[in-house]
Amino acid sequence: MEKFTQHTGVGVPLRRSNVDTDQIIPAVYLKRVTRTGFEDALFAAWRGDPAFVLNQDAYRSGSVLVAGPDFGTGSSREHAVWALKDYGFRVVISARFADIFRGNSGKQGLLAAQVAQEDIELLWKILETKPGTEVTVDLEARTVTCDDVVVRFHVDDYTRWRLMEGLDDIGLTLEHEAEIAQFEERREPWRPRTLPAKHLPKVDIAAARPVGVPVELGPTRSA
Amino acid sequence: MAGTLAEKVWDAHVVRRGTDGAPDLLYIDLHLVHEVTSPQAFEGLRLAGRQVRRPDLTIATEDHNTPTLDIDRPIADTTSRTQIDTLRRNAAEFGVRIHSLGDADQGIVHQVGPQLGLTQPGLTVVCGDSHTSTHGAFGALAFGIGTSEVEHVLATQTLPLAPFKTMAITVNGQLPPGATSKDIILAIIAKIGTGGGQGYVLEYRGEAIRSLSMEARMTICNMSIEAGARAGMIAPDETTFAYLKGRPHAPEGADWDAAVEYWRTLRSDDDAEFDAEVVLEAADLEPFVTWGTNPGQGLPLSGSVPRPEEIADENERVAAERAIEYMGLVPGQPLRSIPVDTVFIGSCTNGRIEDLRSVAKVLRGRKKHDDVRVLVVPASARVRLQAEAEGLDRIFLDFGAEWRNAGCSMCLGMNPDQLTPGERAASTSNRNFEGRQGKGGRTHLVSPLVAAATAIRGTLSSLADLDLPEGTDVSSFDGSPLAPLDPRVLVQV
Repeated sequence: MEKFTQHTGVGVPLRRSNVDTDQIIPAVYLKRVTRTGFEDALFAAWRGDPAFVLNQDAYRSGSVLVAGPDFGTGSSREHAVWALKDYGFRVVISARFADIFRGNSGKQGLLAAQVAQEDIELLWKILETKPGTEVTVDLEARTVTCDDVVVRFHVDDYTRWRLMEGLDDIGLTLEHEAEIAQFEERREPWRPRTLPAKHLPKVDIAAARPVGVPVELGPTRSA
Repeated sequence: MAGTLAEKVWDAHVVRRGTDGAPDLLYIDLHLVHEVTSPQAFEGLRLAGRQVRRPDLTIATEDHNTPTLDIDRPIADTTSRTQIDTLRRNAAEFGVRIHSLGDADQGIVHQVGPQLGLTQPGLTVVCGDSHTSTHGAFGALAFGIGTSEVEHVLATQTLPLAPFKTMAITVNGQLPPGATSKDIILAIIAKIGTGGGQGYVLEYRGEAIRSLSMEARMTICNMSIEAGARAGMIAPDETTFAYLKGRPHAPEGADWDAAVEYWRTLRSDDDAEFDAEVVLEAADLEPFVTWGTNPGQGLPLSGSVPRPEEIADENERVAAERAIEYMGLVPGQPLRSIPVDTVFIGSCTNGRIEDLRSVAKVLRGRKKHDDVRVLVVPASARVRLQAEAEGLDRIFLDFGAEWRNAGCSMCLGMNPDQLTPGERAASTSNRNFEGRQGKGGRTHLVSPLVAAATAIRGTLSSLADLDLPEGTDVSSFDGSPLAPLDPRVLVQV
């Protein structure tokens, strides 16, 4: 993962609360099996509206998103983070993030910076009155600077450290492989295992057909 | 020291305590995998030359993309087919058990775990799907994760997890007839908001929760994520043990006794302290429906579409205005007057056998409203078999509904089951986000009973709106079988 210390880029005001991950990237775009190339899917339903903020020239190249509270709610799809990153965003600023989205962001080097809602309003005002204004996000100092306004943001210490060091979680965990193995030795033997597989008897499943195609129901059953 | 249920399960899984602000490393007992959030994780393993550490704690199925028609033919949508083929290849390459389309244990991942008896009290359960919270109904600590975390669990069988806060949600008393566990959770989300649970593990407790069946409990825990919670849990009890006993992967013999002895310790101590507490009276609840575009925008069915000018909070007011416009509603319009085009009965929230039984009891001997299409999609192939063994399929088909194969279906419209722009649905699923069930589609979240009544009348309705014969006991429209089950055709789910 790329190290993150400071980022400066055009701020994009997104005056909406409860931006769920279905809005960030609709489910139809989740069928891809790659990890990149999701930029066209970002905010897909809203991108068709010429008035949408990312369709305005001043914001098109934005990389710091300033959104309303409860950003990233709903589905756990990490595709939401990939789509934001693929579009060019490095930072999302909001008063409240959904937990899974915040976690996914940290894994992918997208900074989820938590800022008080009154500071969000301040940033929105600047970015809307002076479109194209750049925002500087300093992870070391935990500050957001926009025009002559400086506000502090919150990010937990561990995520900050990992982002600044650009560390890979799996690598970090595998340093403790011996402890994992020890834990496995003390697990209770009755805890379930998926293998060897146990089943109820195999039964054939009838394929449902579109409406209008006759369905063979067989003799009346027990009901 | 006194502890909550969530803290007990957490503590039993700590591989390594975090120091200097680092999170605890937790062991994962059960990892459920599906086709949408796993391909990039397996690819990551391949690139790093890593194996799946514990294939014997991992299980995969196909649910999000799978068609619910013509499942014996190649999947028409090539991108869906590629994603499912990719899962099959990955499962074969890494030695992961998979239940594919056409297999009796294929279905929505959150039904497959419980029906096989793999979901048990006290486990840590993860899946790359936010509705993993469903498994908390068994007293497991279960939560949705992103694809990077899927890869992490595949490689290490652990996850570094930030600490959580605990919230007790107590539901006192008994539900009135015609109200269901879906109405409990919709009322909770409307009360605490879609962000109200952020950072919390919710524990549902109280008389109303204790008297619910396992499946009804799953409906509640399933939607914990809609309140923003990390997870939702219910302490295991005799109902839980009875559900598990005899399932394929439930412990047997002495193992069963040892397990039950441990499971009985999985409850919050009487003097345990929660970081937050919420109390509801079940007797006050009635059928709930959503009018807006997030699951917190819900009201009792007897209410009306809100008037935004009466909402004090500016963010909420703007959100309500947007939602009402998107939903094509009029402020002040009675919710009961809203006509729907489609009724969807299914999903990991309400696609289980008890849901199908209670719907069938309402629909039996009736015909659907002419202007409504009705889709009934069982949560798993095994649920479908069970329903057919009980004759429920006949009731649905005679009613004029479509009886489909198992999967996530119209809950999120990744397969062909979608709403068209402007089309309005009453849906037993979990999310009413803009475009969730198809671009431009409009969703009202409802209970199975409201879905059934709506399919009959064509407008959002409850049992109270139906011409039921005098003296009908509304509480008989529950999840119990319609008739005594013939043991020869019983297919346990």
